[in-house]
Amino acid sequence: MTFSWFKYAAPINFYPLAGKVIPLFWFLAITLTSFGLYWGFFQTPDVLSDQKQYYRIIFVHVAASWMGMWLYAMMVFWGLVGLVFNTRLSFMMAKATSTTGALMAFIALISGAVWGKVSWGTWWDWDPRLTMSLILMFLYIGYIALHSAIDNSRRADKAAAVLSLVGLAIVPVIYYSVNCPNPNECSSLHQESSFKGVESNILLGMLITALGFWMYSFATILMRVRNIILEREINTKWVSEL
Amino acid sequence: MKARQKRLIFVLLGIVAVMGASFLINKAMQGNFYKLYTPKAVLAGEVPIGQVVRIGGLVKKGSLKRSNTKMEARFIVLDRNKNEVTIVTNKILPDLFKEGKSQVARGVLKEDGIFYAEEVLAKHDANYMPTEVKDILKEEHTPITKVKEGVK
Repeated sequence: MTFSWFKYAAPINFYPLAGKVIPLFWFLAITLTSFGLYWGFFQTPDVLSDQKQYYRIIFVHVAASWMGMWLYAMMVFWGLVGLVFNTRLSFMMAKATSTTGALMAFIALISGAVWGKVSWGTWWDWDPRLTMSLILMFLYIGYIALHSAIDNSRRADKAAAVLSLVGLAIVPVIYYSVNCPNPNECSSLHQESSFKGVESNILLGMLITALGFWMYSFATILMRVRNIILEREINTKWVSEL
Repeated sequence: MKARQKRLIFVLLGIVAVMGASFLINKAMQGNFYKLYTPKAVLAGEVPIGQVVRIGGLVKKGSLKRSNTKMEARFIVLDRNKNEVTIVTNKILPDLFKEGKSQVARGVLKEDGIFYAEEVLAKHDANYMPTEVKDILKEEHTPITKVKEGVK
């Protein structure tokens, strides 16, 4: 018997599989996030060359910001797979991803505002990266709003997938928004991103927490997609037999 | 051509178009999202007097002076050509604000050539290094003779 990926593109087969792996993702999410945060809060230097204890919000902020961007790309990917192959499950995955993505974008903005207040001296600034991250959150909200505004779920899926594709333009812009040749003439308050100047314990805490956030996202997305499957396949025989 | 292939081509064209748009936005935004003036522009008279603008630059070492009698700080910002502009503010300076570091000030330039800032923001670099490590590195790079003499 050969293993077939397409077998699990059918909701009837995916539903029990997702149910099996959700506890695993929850376990990994809790372990990795608590380890990453423990390491970040207790095994890292107290004072940096220019920042004090408050820099530790980086462990939540960076992980959430990364997830906000990655999940958006993932949502677009599932939407496009749905558009091309007309598969029901991929649209459901896209829909399930949108809510977790919006949450991550929101956490990134809030934690960034708190950090910005103590370090830069302001809660908010129309810095390119901040502005684009705000737009990213609005895109998530727009996706959810458009999807729920259309009653026919197949039409809603397609329209929302197209909208999400258009919004994808924002993700590389966020990523490259601070690469400016001379920092003194650059309007961005964010510094250039690079791992070179990051102390190894800080980097470890950051990467492990980000992995934990990934696992959390998978767990919640799969839980949500199971609900969506039940909701949409309510009239099928296998659901009524559950 | 099958309907699925047609859809695939449409989607790929869509991705190409969106990435093109993204590239153009990036190009247009290169450090120019909102207008940021440099000390050079101030000295050249390009900055409108009495209007709210932003000025960026490095805080000159040894230039920060706080008033003894009122809530006021005064410092000089530099650009890479060492042009200088004096900035006066009566607002709290952020924690990261330091001499030798970058800042962005929002305020108005008056006829006296001094920039009166309503808000001063600090920028930081991409270094997340503890202070101790930096000091050790500095010591290691200092010739031994100098350390012995107590000169650091």
